[in-house]
Amino acid sequence: MRFVDEFRDPQMAEALLQRIRPLVDKKVQQLGRPLQLMEVCGGHTHAIFRYGLEQLLPDMVELVHGPGCPVCVLPMGRVDDCVAIAEQPDVIFTTFGDAMRVPGSKKSLLQAKAQGADIRMVYSPLDALQLAKKHPEKEVVFFGLGFETTMPSTALTILQAEKEGIDNFSLFCNHITIIPTIKAVLDSPDLHLDGFLGPGHVSMIIGTRPYEFVAQQYQRPMVIAGFEPIDVLQSVWMIMQQLDEGRCEVENQYGRIVPPEGNRQALQAVSQVFELREFFEWRGLGSIDHSGVRMREEYRQWDAEQKFSLPNLKIADPKSCQCGEVLKGVIKPWECKVFGRACTPETPMGALMVSSEGACSAYFTYGKVNQADHIPSEQLA
Amino acid sequence: MCLGIPGQVVAITDEAAQLASVDVCGVKRQVNYACVLTEGENAESLLGAWVLVHVGFAMSRIDEEEAQNTLALLSQLDELNEEMDAIRASVEDSAS
Repeated sequence: MRFVDEFRDPQMAEALLQRIRPLVDKKVQQLGRPLQLMEVCGGHTHAIFRYGLEQLLPDMVELVHGPGCPVCVLPMGRVDDCVAIAEQPDVIFTTFGDAMRVPGSKKSLLQAKAQGADIRMVYSPLDALQLAKKHPEKEVVFFGLGFETTMPSTALTILQAEKEGIDNFSLFCNHITIIPTIKAVLDSPDLHLDGFLGPGHVSMIIGTRPYEFVAQQYQRPMVIAGFEPIDVLQSVWMIMQQLDEGRCEVENQYGRIVPPEGNRQALQAVSQVFELREFFEWRGLGSIDHSGVRMREEYRQWDAEQKFSLPNLKIADPKSCQCGEVLKGVIKPWECKVFGRACTPETPMGALMVSSEGACSAYFTYGKVNQADHIPSEQLA
Repeated sequence: MCLGIPGQVVAITDEAAQLASVDVCGVKRQVNYACVLTEGENAESLLGAWVLVHVGFAMSRIDEEEAQNTLALLSQLDELNEEMDAIRASVEDSAS
């Protein structure tokens, strides 16, 4: 496939690795400790595991898998709200497939569907809008989640519903924003990150400027990265060059997709439909100020939060789950008490095990669970 | 969910709803192009363009020149590696 295959060339990967290795050796010697780089986005986590990039990189580079998987940070209470909407009579509840298996306090959407709720997976919010046109006697609710990448698509779908006067369609808005999240990670006292791989597809919407604070206030290099193996390796090389030269900048490896100024039309649609919430509750990370959006008053007739009365309860994560610590990179997935035992991709307890972009699911699927030396002996017994 | 896939615009199918037919790996799908058309630009100008498709929307027009620049830079590295390998081999040869 064009724009994909070229960025998977093994020879290029080797050429990059040859340049990364001496820079890592030099820096590790200077600092006397391994380097920690965080990939913010779950898409990168997925790519890193799929292509075994962590094994290719020098041992002294540790990749910390950040909080950028929207499915993984969804709190249980929000899943319960989804189930409550879906179980109303005359509702068709639509969602991206990723969210189907996220556990709620009583059940997941998949379990609710098995019990008879009309829940359908869609590829695009536009497909949900089509369903609303086809079933005027039903209320079709779309579960909107994701960072800025996905926000424009739901905003434009709402604008389309307005244009066509489709009243039996609404959005359950759970969109979240990346900048407060990165800030929360940087302010976390138990983290010591040396640099960031920036989220490529969020950045194609918001551009590269909003990240300047990472370099200026927090003195960390950040490289906006694409999702193919060569993209990730080149980005690591760019971070290493910055560290080597004592620079802290926001650089853009993914120029073919990410314009520095972002996407004006997309941002316009987003700000027309959405406004910031005072705070948003995250699984594992708790409440983060201004980290979510809701629909503006003008669009309340398409707002599921206005149309339905929701339980909106705060449900604590299961005690045995350590998703929060994994999300912040404080522990590795295999150090969690339930990893690979009570919590597997088939029967996930924590959200990190649900989505293929979640760190735990990636560790489990790509075999890191089998490394006996990584599992404490009492767990093996 | 946050991944995207490159596709090529093959036809403008519904200008009112801003929909185009986009060929993604041989599969054609209706895709909304509102985000990749600048104000005052004619939709026809998208024909043949490569776009990144995400949940049914074209979210970015792929900058072919940028893609070529990245690849050119990287293949230079590769050539440089071959040169270096050749130099290393010649040094080892002369040492033995």
